[in-house]
Amino acid sequence: MAEAHPVGFQWVVEAKARGAKVIHVDPRFTRTSALADTFVPLRVGTDIAFLGGIVNYVLSNELDFREYVVSYTNAATIVSDDFLDTEDLDGLFSGFDPETRTYDTESWQYATQEQDAAGDDEAMQRETASAMQHETHGMQVEGQPPRDETLQHPNCVYQVLKRHYARYTPEMVARTCGVTEEAFLEVCRAWTENSGRDRTTALVYSVGWTQHSVGVQYIRTGAILQLLLGNMGRPGGGIMALRGHASIQGSTDIPTLFNLLPGYLPMPNAQDHTTLEEWVDAVRHPGAKGFWSNADAYGINLLKAYWGEKATPENDFCFDYVPKVSGDHGTYRTVLDMIDGKVKGYFLLGQNPAVGSAHGKAQRLGMANLDWLVVRDLFEIESATFWKDSPEVATGEIVPEECATEVFLMPAASHVEKEGTFTQTQRMLQWREKAVDPPGDCRSELWFFHHLGRMVRERLAGSTDERDRPLLDLAWDYPTHHAGHQPEGWGEPSAEAVLKEVNGYEVATGRPLSTFAEMKADGSTLGGCWIYTGVYKDGVNQAARRKPGSEQSWVAPEWGWAWPANRRTLYNRASADPEGRPWSERKAYVWWDEEAQEWTGHDVPDFEKGKPPSYRPGPDDDGVAGIAGDDPFIMQGDGKGALYVPAGLLDGPLPTHYEPVESPFPNPVYGQQANPTRKEYSRAENRMNPSPPEEHSQVFPFVFTTSRLTEHHTAGGMSRYVARLAELQPEMFVEVSPELAAERGLENGGWATIVTARAAIEARVMVTDRLTPLRVEDRVVHQVWLPYHWGQGGIVTGDSANDLFGISLDPNVLIQESKVGTCDVRAGRRPSGADLLGLVAEYQRRAGVDHDLLRPIVTTGPGALVDDEGDETPRPAGDDGTDGHDGHDDTSGDHQ
Amino acid sequence: MKTFLDWPVLRQLRGDDVLGRGSAVRSRRTEELTSRTTEADHVARSVCPYCAVGCGQKVFVKDGEVTQIEGDPDSPVSRGRLCPKGSASKNLVTSPLRQTKVRYRRPYGTEWEDLDLTTAMEMIADRVVRTRRDYWQEHDEQGRRVRRTMGIASLGGATLDNEENYLIKKLFTAMGAIQIENQARI
Repeated sequence: MAEAHPVGFQWVVEAKARGAKVIHVDPRFTRTSALADTFVPLRVGTDIAFLGGIVNYVLSNELDFREYVVSYTNAATIVSDDFLDTEDLDGLFSGFDPETRTYDTESWQYATQEQDAAGDDEAMQRETASAMQHETHGMQVEGQPPRDETLQHPNCVYQVLKRHYARYTPEMVARTCGVTEEAFLEVCRAWTENSGRDRTTALVYSVGWTQHSVGVQYIRTGAILQLLLGNMGRPGGGIMALRGHASIQGSTDIPTLFNLLPGYLPMPNAQDHTTLEEWVDAVRHPGAKGFWSNADAYGINLLKAYWGEKATPENDFCFDYVPKVSGDHGTYRTVLDMIDGKVKGYFLLGQNPAVGSAHGKAQRLGMANLDWLVVRDLFEIESATFWKDSPEVATGEIVPEECATEVFLMPAASHVEKEGTFTQTQRMLQWREKAVDPPGDCRSELWFFHHLGRMVRERLAGSTDERDRPLLDLAWDYPTHHAGHQPEGWGEPSAEAVLKEVNGYEVATGRPLSTFAEMKADGSTLGGCWIYTGVYKDGVNQAARRKPGSEQSWVAPEWGWAWPANRRTLYNRASADPEGRPWSERKAYVWWDEEAQEWTGHDVPDFEKGKPPSYRPGPDDDGVAGIAGDDPFIMQGDGKGALYVPAGLLDGPLPTHYEPVESPFPNPVYGQQANPTRKEYSRAENRMNPSPPEEHSQVFPFVFTTSRLTEHHTAGGMSRYVARLAELQPEMFVEVSPELAAERGLENGGWATIVTARAAIEARVMVTDRLTPLRVEDRVVHQVWLPYHWGQGGIVTGDSANDLFGISLDPNVLIQESKVGTCDVRAGRRPSGADLLGLVAEYQRRAGVDHDLLRPIVTTGPGALVDDEGDETPRPAGDDGTDGHDGHDDTSGDHQ
Repeated sequence: MKTFLDWPVLRQLRGDDVLGRGSAVRSRRTEELTSRTTEADHVARSVCPYCAVGCGQKVFVKDGEVTQIEGDPDSPVSRGRLCPKGSASKNLVTSPLRQTKVRYRRPYGTEWEDLDLTTAMEMIADRVVRTRRDYWQEHDEQGRRVRRTMGIASLGGATLDNEENYLIKKLFTAMGAIQIENQARI
């Protein structure tokens, strides 16, 4: 946190000065470790084992916050008798199909729940990353599943959890994670002793946690622990994701993502959402409880914002105009499709995948096989110049005279040259005022897309082709103003007008909506992103509020605006006890005011204002009325925090330790080696290093991970071109321990070459005890660390760490595993030209992955150790008329 | 008129600034210096463009140029502080390496060429229309209606404004382009 979010870290330091204990768990000693009370180095990729060990410590010593757990979580809910745990099946849950490597989740349900999961298509859910919708959805629960509030029933969630984590003992944690039992137990004690009525503990992670084949389950383990200890929805508690881009939260809320529409509404898929009704029902689940029951209004308001007066009740608000997804259309699938010649045009908008995405070579080969590429950026980044100076030009894999890609490098306006909102990592929108006009040809994305849309519509005007209706009928009449030196007709659109549309307004009067509760499903209101409704309340840009922090309460509700409804802490009903009283005076945050008969406190209550703690729904109440007065988790179908997740996750209802896809060790906990449901692409350009039980894993004996430096930013597009920052961190380097340096003859300040089955890169050696060899499974493992900021462009250049990674993805959200892999480290510089390809090929041969792309993914139970072909993605018919399956590429397709 | 009595060491001994840390050591030049922040024509309230902490920035402008960017002490998030990257953001926006002209690389080209901004926009619009038309897919291989194009993809958005992402997704959705992604997937 001190490295990548330094200014946020000031609050940690201040808390420490006031007596808080700071624990830092990380493979590498960083600036955060330097200021922590305790630093615990662990093996990369073993976080679930570590946190699962703490869950076991809490449960076996009964240290959970029992009143909170019984009332606010699903601990008491009884799970179906059909459920079988990883304890029973050696690392698999019940319902596993080794053919498709997916789970039928029917046996994971609560005891008497109607089994509506029977018709679910889990393979399709993986393809479309459907779990991502749960950023706000929560899971749907129908009916009244049985509960045992004594927590003694053998199948209640509490007991299921206890059995599941029983084998995550301190000894097992030490053996798996490479930590000492003493250090582990110190963390256990500190966390539990600092949680309860009077105290809360915060869990802060950076989003490297998501970059694992089990990334979602990492965070789930944190959530289980924080729920058991009563740390959710309370001040000083919670799980904080430190996101890494100025508005990456905003670009998830108002998504530029294939599977989502604004406000976490799903992109309709061709199978299940052929009509408006099917689409909204898939979100609101008629009969289910919780706030999603109004999803018809949210969806219709979006359609109305898109197609304006053309969207009417008679034509289902133009639902038919929305294109349908039918499988995995994620960025990695798309890049592989570029290599296969199926994608023709590509826009890169302030993003540098040649350096920033996993498997840089695949990224660059994909771009070299397009018809046209538009790069919008501040600088001449690597993704714009791949055709003339990428590593593949040096190896001869890309020949400029033979590369047909037409490239437009369109200079972008900077953050001070346009106005608009960023949403920071705690869901807060902050409006930026424009300081100056952009120079030269630099323009905002708002300008670019507004005019692109205008010109495309002009070209199609008069078309009678039905397919052009969605563009011609689009509400695309944003007011523009003249700014700087733009020629007539090329004005800058009003960002505030767009924000007002996002907020929503009454169609007849133009009155901005104050809350999403005002959204109507009849077309009389429109709004582009329901969770942002209120940001333009009363016609005032609430995100532009700048009341100084020193002049308001510590919650600072009048600085910017946080979704939803300006709530700063979600689920804050949980900061009061079931009767509505603060758990303690010290931790008072939101409470029930008996006299006024309403919820009140320091923050906007995340609960119906007038619903008393004593409210109990009747048996037939659904929707919001189905949530009891003591159920704080109002987006969940049962109002409870989910220790156990019966629906919505594809790789298990409980987090389970699996080894990273590339690991030097067999899984110490189960026969199943790695996440059996992960998404794989078995292709010639995506060879994976072998891991146990496969042979030859010793060819890549070391574990490597990557992260950021304070002085650089992600793929370097905003830092390697900035003189001050380039000067502060001038060169790519690799950190190795003194022990590894001795073993491999590496000299401080000298060169090392790091090799995987994809690439070999070179870096300056930094020998440092910031990395320490760990004892795992009775042998020593060395870990090396690399920053991932460099490429061939900019003031300071170097090889790119992300070239080392292959592509394998978490099944829930299709995010790649790019925080852990195996490698070899050699002294000296890498070869260049064709010799570089020769070196990598030699490693592939020694590792046995040169001729065989198939890896055994299922390593236990029936179907174990059968070579898997990776995923056959359901794909549309390509232009070549084939069904587009990759299958098993032979080596003749290799790009060499 | 300057006399020897104005020598700093004598001023220090004669005056009330015996430690020589105040008035005794201030020259006229020091007195006449003003900061870029006080000379600014106007100040824009902004937000740091790097990570997602969202530190407040004040952008000082004189004669249409950014002259200084500082942390905003009013921000309850950052209380005026900026990290090395945020502190370098004036350097980011005024860098001589900023690309300010459109660059064009024709197929099989070995060098960049110049192109007018509006010409480039026309060419891009032509390519979008053509690619959408040529790679249109009304039904998928199972005969389900999908009305989309798989010929066009996009990546980016995490560094952009909400309003920009809104227009991007809206236009691409109307166009039928679905392979729209950003850093949140990465």
